[in-house]
Amino acid sequence: MSDGIATRDAYGKTLVSLGGENDKIVVLDADLSKSTKTVLFAEAFPERFFNMGIAEQNLIGMAAGLAASGKIPFASTFAMFASGRAFEPIRNSVAYPRLNVKIAATHAGLTVGEDGASHQCIEDIALMRAVPNMTVICPADGVETEAAVRAAAEYKGPVYIRLGRSKVPAVFDKESYAFEWGKGITVREGKDAAIIATGIMVPVAVDAAAELAECGINVRVIDIHTIKPIDRELIIRAARETGAIVTAEEHSIIGGLGSAVAEVLCESIPVPMKRIGVRDTFGESGTAEDLLEKYGLTAKNIVEEVKRLFGNKTGKK
Amino acid sequence: MEDRFRELEKISQKSRRLIVEMTCAAKSGHPGGSLSAVEILASLYFRIMRVDPENPGWPDRDRFVLSKGHASPVLYSVLALRGYFPEEELMGFRKIDSMLQGHPDMKGTPGVDMSTGSLGQGLAVANGMAMAGKLDGKDYRVYVLLGDGEVQEGMVWEAAMAAAHYKLDNLTAFLDHNGLQIDGANSQVMGVEPLRDKWTAFGWNVIEIDGHSYGEIIDAADEARRVKGKPTIVIAKTIKGKGISYMENAVDWHGKAPSREQADAAIKELEVVCGE
Repeated sequence: MSDGIATRDAYGKTLVSLGGENDKIVVLDADLSKSTKTVLFAEAFPERFFNMGIAEQNLIGMAAGLAASGKIPFASTFAMFASGRAFEPIRNSVAYPRLNVKIAATHAGLTVGEDGASHQCIEDIALMRAVPNMTVICPADGVETEAAVRAAAEYKGPVYIRLGRSKVPAVFDKESYAFEWGKGITVREGKDAAIIATGIMVPVAVDAAAELAECGINVRVIDIHTIKPIDRELIIRAARETGAIVTAEEHSIIGGLGSAVAEVLCESIPVPMKRIGVRDTFGESGTAEDLLEKYGLTAKNIVEEVKRLFGNKTGKK
Repeated sequence: MEDRFRELEKISQKSRRLIVEMTCAAKSGHPGGSLSAVEILASLYFRIMRVDPENPGWPDRDRFVLSKGHASPVLYSVLALRGYFPEEELMGFRKIDSMLQGHPDMKGTPGVDMSTGSLGQGLAVANGMAMAGKLDGKDYRVYVLLGDGEVQEGMVWEAAMAAAHYKLDNLTAFLDHNGLQIDGANSQVMGVEPLRDKWTAFGWNVIEIDGHSYGEIIDAADEARRVKGKPTIVIAKTIKGKGISYMENAVDWHGKAPSREQADAAIKELEVVCGE
């Protein structure tokens, strides 16, 4: 994997190219445009950029009104304020009438870093996927972000796109990458267990798989970029073919990817599984790296869990 | 009653009868705050707004957002009278499989421009519609009806700030100021006054009227159309439950349906007023 960029940077750049292609695209922000990177769109298309000030409810409500009148609004702020403060306008003014609003929420998860727990949203996937009509996407790297943002602009209906603050390694090659709505991607083949990851945990899962291969354990790595609707088929096949599943996400273990995968498995093909995520606790200030280490979101944690499940499966300890 | 408003008055009385009938049939709903807004809705849909019931999604139409979505009976009755859908539909109000939900659903009901019901959200959406009109160089206007209890919601003031900041002079809000909310008078529950000063301070053109006077409603809409560079709010003093003696200014009738006997008594009163 090569050095990459933060998914928010990829979002900001993609918005600018989309803005040049489609004049229905408008962008709204709530005084965080320099951080969410919508500032790039604001500079390129000032007449189609609207700063709402620090008022996230109005941000979403106005986006709904613009969508109801034929625009394709991208509304951005931090994940905490989008999914938290504006939850109800999202639910009632966007999702219920199925309006064509794209909520691109940056600074999700622990890797917000130094700002601390108040700004580290680890509940947004749970909140957003519970809402009918909502699609939830969490891209792994810059390439996937660009493709996801483009797909969201073409899709008619509400979409929540979860983006991060920190730089992430590039997982995908732009030339060969294809984004399919609601379809996961098998990043690495393997039969001994499967790691199902989303967002920044995808490259971490790839690292873990490489380490496990050295111990003779061949692990499949699946990137679930669309958490809702989730790719049931791919998950069920992974469970059938590997018999052990580890999920990895930069989100609470309650209600996020791990829960979504567990729901699929429990109803269709129960296999031993383990959820790696934030274990029902708030974060704290620190560097992104230190936080991932402290809260158990590293390749080492994944390796340990896979080994444990694989050991149970084969009777080897 | 001036001659030029006789037709509107007939529509209002029909609307009142339908509000009573539909809430009675549904055994639930919000008659009080529907009855207070009858003249405003009748004036909007029959005099002020540019709409085409044959083509509810017409991109150049004026838009209406019922931010106080619980007053759906007045909106549904006026939409039916204007020809958006048959009057018979009104008797399905709040029942299973009906196109008339308890609170407005833009996906299910022809003529409903926005789904509302959770108070405080409609003004922000109206802002977005008005902004889209400006961006597209269209001359449609956006109307929104707020409740007076509703302005206790913080989101209303976020939206009020934004409408003035973006100079949305194609946006006109009506404030149905009947003075009552579920738990009692606004002044007791959570004071909202001074409304004129608040909206003026937020950068709006403010007009105060009698919300049951067609002349004042229509003149206010005309003034709003002439005012450039700022949105207008029309603070309409109204009577909750207007037109049904036992419902007038009675807080209990916010969200309670009349029994058959009560409905019959109400309709009798309305017939006397109408002289029919």
